[in-house]
Amino acid sequence: MSEPEITPELVREHGINAEEYQRILDLIGRVPSFTELGIFSAMWNEHCSYKSSKKWLRTLPTEGPQVICGPGENAGVVDIGDGQAVVFKMESHNHPSYIEPYQGAATGVGGILRDVFTMGARPIAAMNSLSFGEPSHPKTKQLLNGVVEGIGGYGNCFGVPTVGGEVRFHKAYNGNCLVNAFAAGLADADKIFYSAASGVGMPVVYLGAKTGRDGVGGATMASAEFDDTIEDKRPTVQVGDPFTEKRLMEATLELMQTGAVISIQDMGAAGLTCSAVEMGDKGNLGVALDLEKVPVREENMTAYEMMLSESQERMLMVLKPEKEAEAKAVFDKWDLDFAIVGETIAEDRFLIRHNGALMADLPLKALSGTAPEYDRPWLETPPAPALVNVPEVDVKAALLTLLGSPNYSSRAWVWQQYDHMVGADTAVRPGSDAGVVRVHGTDKALAFTSDVTPRYCKANPFEGGKQAVAEAYRNLCATGAKPLATTDNLNFGNPEKPEIMGQFVGCIKGIGEAVAALDMPIVSGNVSLYNETDGKGILPTPTIGAVGLLEDLDQLITNRPNEGDQLFLLGETVGHLGQSALLAELFDREDGDAPHVDLSAEKAHGEFVRAAKAEGLISAAHDLGDGGLAVAAVEMGLASGLGVSLISGGPSDAGWFYGEDQARYLLACTRDNAEALTTLAREAGVPLKKVGGFGGETITLGKVSLPLADARDAHSGGLLKVAL
Amino acid sequence: MKAGVIVFPGSNCDRDLAVAFERVSGRKTDMIWHKDSTLPTGLDIVAVPGGFSFGDYLRCGAIAARSPIMRSVVEFANNGGHVLGICNGFQVLIESGLLPGALMRNAGLKFVCKDVELKVATSRTAFTSNYRKGEEITIPVAHHDGNYVADPDLVKRLKDEDRITFTYADNPNGSTADIAGIVSENRRVMGMMPHPERLNDRHLGGTDGTRLFESLGEALVGA
Repeated sequence: MSEPEITPELVREHGINAEEYQRILDLIGRVPSFTELGIFSAMWNEHCSYKSSKKWLRTLPTEGPQVICGPGENAGVVDIGDGQAVVFKMESHNHPSYIEPYQGAATGVGGILRDVFTMGARPIAAMNSLSFGEPSHPKTKQLLNGVVEGIGGYGNCFGVPTVGGEVRFHKAYNGNCLVNAFAAGLADADKIFYSAASGVGMPVVYLGAKTGRDGVGGATMASAEFDDTIEDKRPTVQVGDPFTEKRLMEATLELMQTGAVISIQDMGAAGLTCSAVEMGDKGNLGVALDLEKVPVREENMTAYEMMLSESQERMLMVLKPEKEAEAKAVFDKWDLDFAIVGETIAEDRFLIRHNGALMADLPLKALSGTAPEYDRPWLETPPAPALVNVPEVDVKAALLTLLGSPNYSSRAWVWQQYDHMVGADTAVRPGSDAGVVRVHGTDKALAFTSDVTPRYCKANPFEGGKQAVAEAYRNLCATGAKPLATTDNLNFGNPEKPEIMGQFVGCIKGIGEAVAALDMPIVSGNVSLYNETDGKGILPTPTIGAVGLLEDLDQLITNRPNEGDQLFLLGETVGHLGQSALLAELFDREDGDAPHVDLSAEKAHGEFVRAAKAEGLISAAHDLGDGGLAVAAVEMGLASGLGVSLISGGPSDAGWFYGEDQARYLLACTRDNAEALTTLAREAGVPLKKVGGFGGETITLGKVSLPLADARDAHSGGLLKVAL
Repeated sequence: MKAGVIVFPGSNCDRDLAVAFERVSGRKTDMIWHKDSTLPTGLDIVAVPGGFSFGDYLRCGAIAARSPIMRSVVEFANNGGHVLGICNGFQVLIESGLLPGALMRNAGLKFVCKDVELKVATSRTAFTSNYRKGEEITIPVAHHDGNYVADPDLVKRLKDEDRITFTYADNPNGSTADIAGIVSENRRVMGMMPHPERLNDRHLGGTDGTRLFESLGEALVGA
């Protein structure tokens, strides 16, 4: 079959600019074939090459005694003691989910699960961070329903509990929703599998679903802005089959136990191309593929289509030839297609043959090694003007508005569609500070959270970046876990615009400073740029996924106080209202600076929460975030079905009840423990103040009160206003 | 009690169920692959776990019901053996003809995973003897197709023969007569949509499921 002629237009359609095309010509000394052009476009697009972000990603702290494997592999690997490791990563599937919400979100979950089990880990927890347009936007309801169903449809069938996440609504996502999927798995620390191939003449084995035309060009699509041709992009979205993924996982893990696997790479973005190049590149080897051996489900597929297909549930491995029979038995047991589709070669070449014809002959190392890297110009985000004209607030109305808003109401409608208990190890279910999953067969547990406050990041990228990490840290500490490590999913607009690049740089700097101070290094991550529609960018959204360890489930802290418990506020309150939920939800105002994060206070307060639990002094804890003291206290009350009373404080009602100062927690303790808790705080030098207590059926905020039932109704109904 | 758990390629509650049996019996649960055509000898109970046996394509449990091992499970049941099907397992037992009725898509059309209140409708089975009739217990559900459908004749027969084991206090899926679980005529085959194996541990939020396994352990001791 003859391939199309390479024209400037065709090059442009592949997302390759003139300068990059010249680089290709220089590299291979001739005009590329159509298949080769496709391969370059797959390897050099933003999604796969990180060409705009690499320079800045290198500045992030990625090391620590707990880190077994940092960024660069399919997922990060972190030591949890006793010879075990947690393997995790977060990745975006934003563009596909906007085009086709169910399949886009489903395959996002599938992709991140594959990243985890490719490393030899059995997935034990999933989360997802979702950002949608404003509730009144005509697409929001459909996207919310489709994305949530897609996540549930895939994760539930696969059999991983979805234990946490976020859902937010903001007009900046009207034309570009965000779907960030997180997965974590458990492995033996000495049985981690990597992508580097080794040995010449080793069989390259294809395992899993057959290859079709779905997703051809998906990674390139994910690296472009949207415009009114978006409907044409639907065929670039892949279709998921969680049942095949489940079998692929079982077969992969079983195969690893036979000792047959030399290296392994899942086929994600840009499928066969990326996975083969990755294995060769890491192992300093070439790879030769014979495409007629690739299992296909459509007729007359071209080399170009096969190399760029993003069909799901596929895996590429280099296997020990002497173990072929054992490997085949495993694949047959799980009824999976497998085929030897090529071999490793000594020369640094990427050779693609199809029906006897040589369709591509490229220097393999150069495909990833010489990918363009840009030092994009960036403009520092100007300091936000100080907040002026702080409005008077009706404390009671503000509470009901916040609790009943789509952004801060109960997420039960979402997580009840996710199986969050499969595996029978879920110790803390969604809806709390962090999801907690027991390490099977032990008394240890892992805590998972995902956090970011995009409006803070927009006002002040540096403080916003710090805050995303700090909030994740707090959510882990509030469950009694010691924070271990972090994955980042950086969602931004068009990096070619200096002000967007400035947001990116600012957030990275803030994240870097915070993960260093809080000792939670970045071990994996993903960058999603060009999140723009018709030239309008999203809010900068660097989602932080973080994992913590509980050495013993008896150290678990819930957010459920007991009747009669006293309530203490840990941390300083100055009443910061800039960029607060209060201003946004009640007054439609997003002004002022983001709250600044004192990282040493964060660390001290987080450690104090764990110390107080270890001393047996607290019965519940909760982090303070959006909506401040009043929202956090009422959330705790609602979790236990108890009323709550809060005293008044300074500087103003609005600042006291709804200010969003950082490094704060609410701690509940019995009357008997109150004195000991106060003493412990004094000794530790942390600010702790009694602010109220739990009990009854009434919520009292200073001078005003309302029935608990009113708060419950508002809280349980807020999201339904959008979803139903 | 020696338990065996059937494993289909898409089962995902097989381990959870095995653990629940082992905690009561202290004996290792046999994991039985769907392609096997015979059951191991010496089993006191065979359990069909939750999950998505064959991806829930076609109809939930329909393909699984035609797998080689299910012929042996049906034979085991017909010879008086005890069989427990949970969630997808309940669907498989219905598709295999061991239990009557049908399980359709939830009335709300969405997957639903949450704790629900169940009423114990009878304690006259090996599965429920440690509960009191009329007692309310908390057990989670997690399903998309748990809407139990039975015609009035079947409902009458199930009631007359005291074969409804659990009913929902607040029906989450539209099931006829709030039915959450039933037993066969000989009372030795039970199917239920809720997952007792998931509330079987103080660390996981409750232990109301434990007594189901204890009931079986006592009924089948040395059986």
